[in-house]
Amino acid sequence: MKFLPLLWAQLFRRKTRTILTLLSVLIAFLLFGLLQAVQIAFESGADAADAKRLLTTARYSIIEPLPLAYRSRIERVPGVVAVANADWFGAKYQNESNAFPVFAVDPARYLDMYPEFLVAPAQREAFVKTATGALAGKRLADRYGWRVGQKLPIASEIHAKTDGSLNWEFDLVGTFDAEDPAVQGNTDMVLINLAYFDEARQFGRGKTGWYIVRVGDSEQAKAIAADIDRQFMNSPDETKTQPEKEFAIGFAKQIGDVGALVTRILLAVFFTILILTGNTMAQAIRERVPELAILKTLGFSDGAVTLLVLGEAVLLLGLGGAAGMATAVAFMPMLNGATGGRFPPLFVAGETWALAALVAVGLALAIGLPPALRVRRLRIVDALAGHR
Amino acid sequence: MSALIEIRGVTKTYRRGGEAVEVLHGVDLDIPRGDFVALMGPSGSGKTTLLNLIGGLDTPTAGSITVDGERIDRLSSGDLSRWRAANVGFVFQFYNLLPVLSAQRNVELPLLLTNLGAAERRRRAEIALTLVGLRERARHKPKELSGGQEQRVAIARALVSDPTLLVCDEPTGDLDRATAADIMRLLQMLNREHGKTIVMVTHDPKAAEYAQRALHLDKGTLAPAGAVDGA
Repeated sequence: MKFLPLLWAQLFRRKTRTILTLLSVLIAFLLFGLLQAVQIAFESGADAADAKRLLTTARYSIIEPLPLAYRSRIERVPGVVAVANADWFGAKYQNESNAFPVFAVDPARYLDMYPEFLVAPAQREAFVKTATGALAGKRLADRYGWRVGQKLPIASEIHAKTDGSLNWEFDLVGTFDAEDPAVQGNTDMVLINLAYFDEARQFGRGKTGWYIVRVGDSEQAKAIAADIDRQFMNSPDETKTQPEKEFAIGFAKQIGDVGALVTRILLAVFFTILILTGNTMAQAIRERVPELAILKTLGFSDGAVTLLVLGEAVLLLGLGGAAGMATAVAFMPMLNGATGGRFPPLFVAGETWALAALVAVGLALAIGLPPALRVRRLRIVDALAGHR
Repeated sequence: MSALIEIRGVTKTYRRGGEAVEVLHGVDLDIPRGDFVALMGPSGSGKTTLLNLIGGLDTPTAGSITVDGERIDRLSSGDLSRWRAANVGFVFQFYNLLPVLSAQRNVELPLLLTNLGAAERRRRAEIALTLVGLRERARHKPKELSGGQEQRVAIARALVSDPTLLVCDEPTGDLDRATAADIMRLLQMLNREHGKTIVMVTHDPKAAEYAQRALHLDKGTLAPAGAVDGA
């Protein structure tokens, strides 16, 4: 710490140059913070996945329904401890742009299957008992200003009622939320009661979209998935069962490999920073060779001056990096507001901070090491003679 | 007076463009504790080279240099750094202060290598600045000081760790006559009143008059010139 004033003074020797360099580092880490948040949001489904949950869908397309009768057969597969199912409703609220997932589920089975969804016991009870009941994710309810107890008019793009109308009406009996931000991204939906939905719809009765299967031992998940699919092999409705995480990753990749895209952008950004800042740092140290020779004259060892130069690089990247990440955090509420909740919540995770620290230290070493080694090799008498 | 510095058969050879150039040829010299020596001689005579060897900034090609009983020519680079920090104060022609630091911080620099706390470092720097008459300019940066004041700060920096030996390379070379006399009186006071051993390289006979004796180097060989009366 006692060297900090010296490092600080040296770093801000040329204020304009240092501030411009800091700004470029800030922008790089701002991008890093934002893009990492986007990547985490895209992968939130996979991150929130439970290793003991499997997804069973129709073998060739996830939009093909499966018979409701499969539930009891899946339950009988050894290793399976619970089964829930859900069906896609395809909802619009008030106008075309207000679209969000609505799933028709068996309330108790579904909520038991996803204990990470937090719902008040009384509201859960109401959802189980109310045929026309609906449970909304809290973020979604807040976005549209819904209140528990109100009617929820939702139009379906797929399912007509027996009277031919696509307009449905449910009773909002409660909301649900999650503590983990990664799970919160999966709560932007409405759950409705399958029993009522199945009875009231015009077609597709006796069918469901997919099954969610809980297994007792995650080590056996793959084997159990194969057993389930074997049950329905050569039937008109063959199945494809896979771990929830695998399913979520595959689903996210339908949009694009966001992870690879983010990595490539960040590599380009940090490579540019490496070249720019490395050049600036080398120039700054070259200008100070006589002063560094004086430090050596006063008794600073080769190692000490090497560490001083490296410390300056770490301070530069640390300041710029921390400012960039802090700016990314400051941007999050604005970005989350701008998406109107249609995107999973963006946030700068703890792991992003840790990764940013690693990147900053790595860049600082890469930038600081060449001039630091040059200073280490510096002969005092040569440098002092050059000063004259 | 016992010899603080014992130089025996010191030669120094540099390689310039693939050719070996011997700058010092078997120099023998004793400098007693409390001495104030002016090293004089024409350019290229090897006086700065000898000063660098005495101050532990360079190592001889052959021969031995013993300072206060320590063979500094045998010390490793790291040990030599530690030795310099503890035993030698340096004063240069162009002051060589760090421009980004205040006078106070410049003076504190050698103390960063000690285990002293911040308050004690500050106190000692203030004492050193008081000794050179610049306490009131402690917060000023070098560019806000005159040449003479900068050199006083450099002397305070050389003194702050209370070294046995002060090594001065043309300390008045960049100053006008009156300021140079002030600086020389200050060095003389440090020698007489504080017992500092001073080895000074100078071209200036006026500056050399403040030393207890002057030694002449010519083409890498020492020629005693007899004692110089103090000013």
